[in-house]
Amino acid sequence: MNTKQKLLLNRNFHPNLVLLVLLIIILILSIVSLGLGAIYITPSEIIRNFIGEETQSQRFILNNYRLPRIIIAIIVGAGLATAGAILQGILRNPLASPDVIGVTKGAGLAAVIIIVLFPSSPIIFLPLSAFIGAAIIATILMLFVYKKGAQPNTLALVGIALGAICQAGIEYFMIKFPDNVNSTLLWLTGSLWARGWEHVYILLPCLILIPLLIGLTSKLDILSLGDDIATSLGERSKFLRYILLSVAVILIGVCVATVGSIGFIGLIAPHIARRIVGSKFKVLLPASALVGAALLLVADSLGRGLFPPLEIPAGIITAVIGAPYFLYLLRSERKKA
Amino acid sequence: MTTLSAEHLSLTYGSAQILDNINLVVPEGKISVIIGANGCGKSTILRSLARLLTPQEGMVYLDGKAIHQQSSKEIAKKLAILPQGPEAPEDITVKDLCYYGRHPHKGLLSRQTPEDDAIVNRSLLATKMTGFVDRTLDELSGGQRQRAWISMALAQDTDLLLLDEPTTYLDLAHQIEILELLRTLNVTHGRTIVMVLHDLNQAAQYADHLISIVNGKIYQEGPPEKVFTKSMIKEVFGLNCCIIENPVDQSPLCIPIGLSYE
Repeated sequence: MNTKQKLLLNRNFHPNLVLLVLLIIILILSIVSLGLGAIYITPSEIIRNFIGEETQSQRFILNNYRLPRIIIAIIVGAGLATAGAILQGILRNPLASPDVIGVTKGAGLAAVIIIVLFPSSPIIFLPLSAFIGAAIIATILMLFVYKKGAQPNTLALVGIALGAICQAGIEYFMIKFPDNVNSTLLWLTGSLWARGWEHVYILLPCLILIPLLIGLTSKLDILSLGDDIATSLGERSKFLRYILLSVAVILIGVCVATVGSIGFIGLIAPHIARRIVGSKFKVLLPASALVGAALLLVADSLGRGLFPPLEIPAGIITAVIGAPYFLYLLRSERKKA
Repeated sequence: MTTLSAEHLSLTYGSAQILDNINLVVPEGKISVIIGANGCGKSTILRSLARLLTPQEGMVYLDGKAIHQQSSKEIAKKLAILPQGPEAPEDITVKDLCYYGRHPHKGLLSRQTPEDDAIVNRSLLATKMTGFVDRTLDELSGGQRQRAWISMALAQDTDLLLLDEPTTYLDLAHQIEILELLRTLNVTHGRTIVMVLHDLNQAAQYADHLISIVNGKIYQEGPPEKVFTKSMIKEVFGLNCCIIENPVDQSPLCIPIGLSYE
């Protein structure tokens, strides 16, 4: 790392200040985002609505459509980013992400099966089955890696293999049942379109993971020193990696079940956070969560605000932003090595 | 003091016998050095003693109790091991690293205590790292980095300190610096040290107790002046040599005799 880069990556900011600034950014994004869509509402009108001076029609749009959507964007963005940060930590691989361990694809396959085989099933079935799909793949993954104590390489390879199998399944169903390709594709890209309060309620239980995650941050730091040192410092590294993997899998499962397989957030949000606050998980984990929330908010807002009343799925926006950043990452990783 | 011993350790990988009935009592308050040819199982012995791996047969005893029946955290308060070539995220500072050494002494949510600060300062002082506390690991030289890792192991505040080739990848001056540091820790702080060393003459100079290994078996153990002999080096390393007295400290010194000199 050269001096110029060092200056750019200055870690002398107080961590709490960084988190506060990120929170303010999310708040501002939320207010702007509430206004965007087929009917534009100005920020001042939004604030007036929330302090009680409301117009009926605006209030209806805000409360029933846009507010739940923004809450979902924040929770899902934070969830995927946290899962990504955990995976990058336990796999000790900066390019790891929720997609790498195959769980996203498992959810995708389950969702595709529901969409094409039971198109008239109630809306709640889709997230439910997606979560079950994610859980099945996660269980298979856990069983495969259990014996070797969830060694980083085994975990990544098994995950990629399971993901490939699910991808094959997805493609089979899409070719076999071309009638439903549209809704399938929308789900696979990941979108917050038509997500409402019922989806918020699916996500809320995730919040009970927060205290657990806070407790696990110091252990993630110890694990980042390698298995031997972690053991020497009194941790049961294999068991710990297993617990952390489970937490990541639950987060991914719930998020993907709600919004479909939105890519890149879990990969790039932890990286951006690491650039700002460094690699100590005590700060990195909350910072990743906030950056992830902000990214998904931006992606969803752009998707809604660029060509109203048409919407671009958030998953496409994250890919458009994320793919170039990923290439840049690959380049800088290679330079370091 | 904490006692460490091993009984009947055996380990096979496939058809290869790595450890073959190792019986060992680590002498308390002394520096023990394990030597042997590449692949003889010396690192494996050290790692087994530190519960980093579990031999198929036999048992390691820490304070008289089977090590695998004790919690990893309790062990970490009595025994620290520094494996070969440890790695950490590059932006970790020396201070961060040293504080990680306090990890086994803390509960899930407990904060830094003045006692932690005192022990960390003492460890940084002992390793002469006080001037580098805010440097990140990637800004340090090899010798400084190794000293930073040792300061972490010291902050664990254990009676027993195990090190796997602590001088690898260091130039000669830094090798001696590390060995002197370990001797000081042993003499002034009374720590029991067990380490694997590659350099025979350094082993003879710094060991109180020398353990030589051949094919997963203990060939001989004892004070260097007794066991550091021509015949031992021939048997353990397959090397002819002559042994002279080290003019500096009268320890035995091995001069290898290559084929072209015979």
